[in-house]
Amino acid sequence: MARNSPRTLRRYPGFRWVAGGCLLLLYGPMIVITIYSFNSIRSITTWGGFSFDWYLKAFNNPNIQSATANSLIIAIAAATTATALAVAASLAMIRGPRFKGSEFGFALINLPLMVPEIVTAVASLIFFLAVGINLGLTTILLAHIVFCIPFAYMPIAARLEGIEGFYEDAARDLYASRWETFRYVLLPMMLPGILSGYVLAFIISLDDFIITNLVAGPGATTLPLAIYGMVRVGFTPEINAISTMMLGVSMIFVTVSYLIGRSGAKSKGS
Amino acid sequence: MAGAVPGLSNSVALGIMKPPSTDQVAVSIKSVVKTFGEGPGAVTALDDVSLDIADNEFFTLLGPSGCGKTTLLRIIAGFEDLTNGAVFLYGDEIEQLPPNKRPVNTVFQHYALFPHMGVSENVAFGLRRLKHDEAAIRSRVSEMLELVQLDQLADRLPAQLSGGQQQRVALARALAPNPKVLLLDEPLSALDLKLRQAMRVELKQLQEDTGITFIFVTHDQEEALTMSDRIAVMSAGQVQQIGSADDIYERPVNRFVADFIGDTNLLEVKVTGTAAKGAVTCETGQGIKLTCLPAGAPKKGDRAHVSIRPEKITLTQPSRAKDAIPCTVGRLIYLGTDTQCLVNLDDGTEIMVRNQNAHGSALQFGTGDKAALKLDDGAARLLMD
Amino acid sequence: MAGSLGLTTNGAVQPKAAAPISRDRLLLLSPALIAILVFLVTPLIFIITYSFLTPGTYGGVEWVFSTDAYVQFLFERDLFTEDLVFSNAYLSIYSRSALQAIVATVICLIIGFPTAYFIATRPVSQRTAWVFLITVPYWINLLIRTVSMLFIIRDEGPINHALIALGVTSEPIRMAYTDFGIALGLVYSYLPFMVLPIYASIERFDFRLMEAAYDLYSDRWTILRKIVLPITKPGIIAGSLLVFIPSLGSFIAPDLLGGGKNLMIGNLIALQFQGSRNWPFGSASAVILMTIVLIVLIIFARRRAQAAGH
Repeated sequence: MARNSPRTLRRYPGFRWVAGGCLLLLYGPMIVITIYSFNSIRSITTWGGFSFDWYLKAFNNPNIQSATANSLIIAIAAATTATALAVAASLAMIRGPRFKGSEFGFALINLPLMVPEIVTAVASLIFFLAVGINLGLTTILLAHIVFCIPFAYMPIAARLEGIEGFYEDAARDLYASRWETFRYVLLPMMLPGILSGYVLAFIISLDDFIITNLVAGPGATTLPLAIYGMVRVGFTPEINAISTMMLGVSMIFVTVSYLIGRSGAKSKGS
Repeated sequence: MAGAVPGLSNSVALGIMKPPSTDQVAVSIKSVVKTFGEGPGAVTALDDVSLDIADNEFFTLLGPSGCGKTTLLRIIAGFEDLTNGAVFLYGDEIEQLPPNKRPVNTVFQHYALFPHMGVSENVAFGLRRLKHDEAAIRSRVSEMLELVQLDQLADRLPAQLSGGQQQRVALARALAPNPKVLLLDEPLSALDLKLRQAMRVELKQLQEDTGITFIFVTHDQEEALTMSDRIAVMSAGQVQQIGSADDIYERPVNRFVADFIGDTNLLEVKVTGTAAKGAVTCETGQGIKLTCLPAGAPKKGDRAHVSIRPEKITLTQPSRAKDAIPCTVGRLIYLGTDTQCLVNLDDGTEIMVRNQNAHGSALQFGTGDKAALKLDDGAARLLMD
Repeated sequence: MAGSLGLTTNGAVQPKAAAPISRDRLLLLSPALIAILVFLVTPLIFIITYSFLTPGTYGGVEWVFSTDAYVQFLFERDLFTEDLVFSNAYLSIYSRSALQAIVATVICLIIGFPTAYFIATRPVSQRTAWVFLITVPYWINLLIRTVSMLFIIRDEGPINHALIALGVTSEPIRMAYTDFGIALGLVYSYLPFMVLPIYASIERFDFRLMEAAYDLYSDRWTILRKIVLPITKPGIIAGSLLVFIPSLGSFIAPDLLGGGKNLMIGNLIALQFQGSRNWPFGSASAVILMTIVLIVLIIFARRRAQAAGH
């Protein structure tokens, strides 16, 4: 390799190793737990053979089953609601001239990202108790909708900003009403952003622990709460199996969201 | 539905047919004012614009960036409200109508083809919104695609088409609902030069074949001069002159038009008297006497400008003739068909002369030579502002 | 195109003075804003209010105004004399939290800067993949990531087993349930937040400046100190804030990896609503945390505005 080239001159010895170490730190624990989830015996030191036993055990655990059902119901409901709200809000924020209070609107939409999660959690708890909403799936859902809004909003707004106004002009010019313009032109063009936002909101809801933990009340359990409860008692290979599944689900969703976003970005420029 | 325009008979009928030519006014703009914003930051885009566009006319709005031509087009299409004045379409006031209720279609500058729809769906879009039946839509779409010679590409997506093809789809889409008026917002600006020149001819042909009134916005004077029946030259939100290509080039009404259309030499003069056939005599500060046809009604003693097109001046050998203006040859620029020559009058005023190389006249001179200028008859035009 | 009027692509002029919002847009915007106003802003107002009330006997509050919750941070009521005595019990939790957050930030910076630099000097095709790899963990369940960290660092975990098997140590090295464990957990949690903004600023860095510096007799490390670091400072500051702020209020890492013994602010707050049941004190703690975060953000925003002004 050349001693002097633009690339070698930029290089710092050791940075490559730090970057490698960074990836190892980020992924190492997850990889380890995945491997152990397939170990047929409880041992840390010995490999008892490849097996799905712990997965089967987790699937057959009624607590895990109901927690999974709760998590999915809440994630779907929260992501759907938050996405709908975010689509409407993005249309108002981004289409048309700047209006009085638009900064305020923008700040409000992003507020859930600014407030420390633990503060949101206890504030929601106090609020729900004070206004007399029984803690349970309802309170979890309400809290999730709110913190999902900015996550759904970001990709949707970014997408909408990339769509030039003349497409709507063209549709209107070709006899489309406002609703038809949205339905046949804007909505299909926004779709990659909407899907991306939906997926992000979905995993954010599925993953939430801190807020859910405080507003769940005694009866309602989500998957992260169930895992937390189990870890407090002690490590079992079953935990590894559930964790690996959740890692897998998140990984798939992030990748999907990423690919949608990329294909959207590609089709945008012509 | 476009037919909802009061007083307009079924405005969006299928089928291309050339209506009998009438003297009817297609679009009438009456004292239109458009300001953007309020208070001290407000910008006046259109300042009391009035004009009539005849049925079946190829009408061009020509002017530099920011002159208000696009704003006027957008007001006709319904994308902008107007601050004051009125817009009539075949005698009906249309300001209250949203864009989707106006029997007017637009070819957008960047085409604005819907990227998620194929070519035929783009062309069918307006027809579907007008609730035409499926069979009629299908036959109209294929008719339109044939018209713009894209019938082979009906299933392509816009991103799979070249710029010229996209341009044709945009045209077919806007023409499909058979609008009363077609608005074209600098539709050729994104094409390369060769294609642009070919499209000029095609557009003009299309307008003649369909008999639809075209309102064409451009900043490119060559486009305007080659296609238009009439041209409105705009500047600073006002119409400077309306006329045929010949009118605005040969008989500009003011300095802006003379300067904006083509090249010209502008000399400051003082009106000294009248001559035959409505001409006037005038004199530059350095005593050069000129006879010119005036725009407007000058009085003796008025200060004004004379515009002389460079191709209407001939460079000759020094001469003592009464109408020969002595000069010194400066830089010579060879342009192929012509040679352009910058000469200096005795007082230093620089004059541009352009002579066809067929005559070879300018090429006889070298930089620094003494020469004389001879003006063609009627070359000098007196402009009052 | 009428460019000189400041027309946008769709021809609409952006007036300097913003107009009032139209009815249609208000209708579209209000569902999201109302959801946030009712279920986030109102709860925040509640928590501020509760921080000035008197604790109820079995949790909850009594509607009697009191600043005790705030006084409690600095003073303890002597059991016998009822006098207020200075006490740093809670203050130390705050300073410990800040210290942990600072340590985590510094470690993230030490790992994050070289990583970001390395990524930014890859060919463009590889950069996307690297950025994706760094981003993915952010979207993965923080609880599960922390659980997997606990799994490998605990006394009976694979790391200690490996160390003992290799004869490095005979007793397990205690990593879980220590401050080290918490710091490791925080770094692990928020490292992507450090890498990404620094990457963004290094990617914008004009590497010709580096060639200019070489040309003027600088060596690699001088260039790093005098050229690269100062120019990429905005990214470094942004990354540091993005690590520091969530670390300060973190709950999961100290709870799981600290074993509940080494409290941080987040745990202190949660505890007031779950165990100790002193709601006004918990509310006051949350308000103080929020205030600290707000002040840090404001200082940062001011600095950035100043930097933009110059």
